[in-house]
Amino acid sequence: MNRADPILIRVTADDIDVGTELGRLEALGGGAVASFVGLVRGGDGLVAMELEHHPAMTQAALAAIADEAMARWPLAGVTIIHRHGRLVPGDRIVLTAAASAHRAASLAACAFLIDWLKTKAPFWKKEHFQDGASQWVDARAADDEAAARWSTR
Amino acid sequence: MAIEILYFARVREAIGHGGETVSPPDDVRTIADLVDWLAARGGGYAEAFADRSRLRAAIDQLFVTPDASIAGAREIALFPPVTGG
Repeated sequence: MNRADPILIRVTADDIDVGTELGRLEALGGGAVASFVGLVRGGDGLVAMELEHHPAMTQAALAAIADEAMARWPLAGVTIIHRHGRLVPGDRIVLTAAASAHRAASLAACAFLIDWLKTKAPFWKKEHFQDGASQWVDARAADDEAAARWSTR
Repeated sequence: MAIEILYFARVREAIGHGGETVSPPDDVRTIADLVDWLAARGGGYAEAFADRSRLRAAIDQLFVTPDASIAGAREIALFPPVTGG
């Protein structure tokens, strides 16, 4: 992976080293890096979260989201890392981050990245509970609304 | 016309496997036609496709709407609305 490449996309079973990843964006020469980290929420007896994805499609879908952010804001770089497999409460699921010359672009782009990812990347979550029950997480209307607010330029 | 079909998440579990190769008849032209044709098999297929409002599709790894033509498709994925992030 070329460090000078402005876009980094990774789909992995491994944990995300947030410091290392933000360091890559900091080294791109801008004055601002904004980031979002999504975690597995505990509570209600949740013991694990299983992340399924469409392996052949995921990388391209995330790259398209990153390209869209690069086209909309003056960014020095974008990082999207999403995990798959079985995760437990407190585990990192996703990192979206953007680097820019000034804060406004990276803050807006970071919010855009996670909002679009929620509705445009082929991942599905299944919750496993202490009593042995499990259920697929339903898509939320609020996620569609969050993505839709970026639809008009 | 042989097409590779992939199923994910709730759809995969209802049908009982992750994919298959199918050869739909000529009058199956769109994603919606394909889903009707598969659902007519009954059992897990009927269950997986009972609520079309909670079904999404991709042709050759790009999201499409139910009216999309399947002509020339190599791979079609059928799945619930995504819930990543």
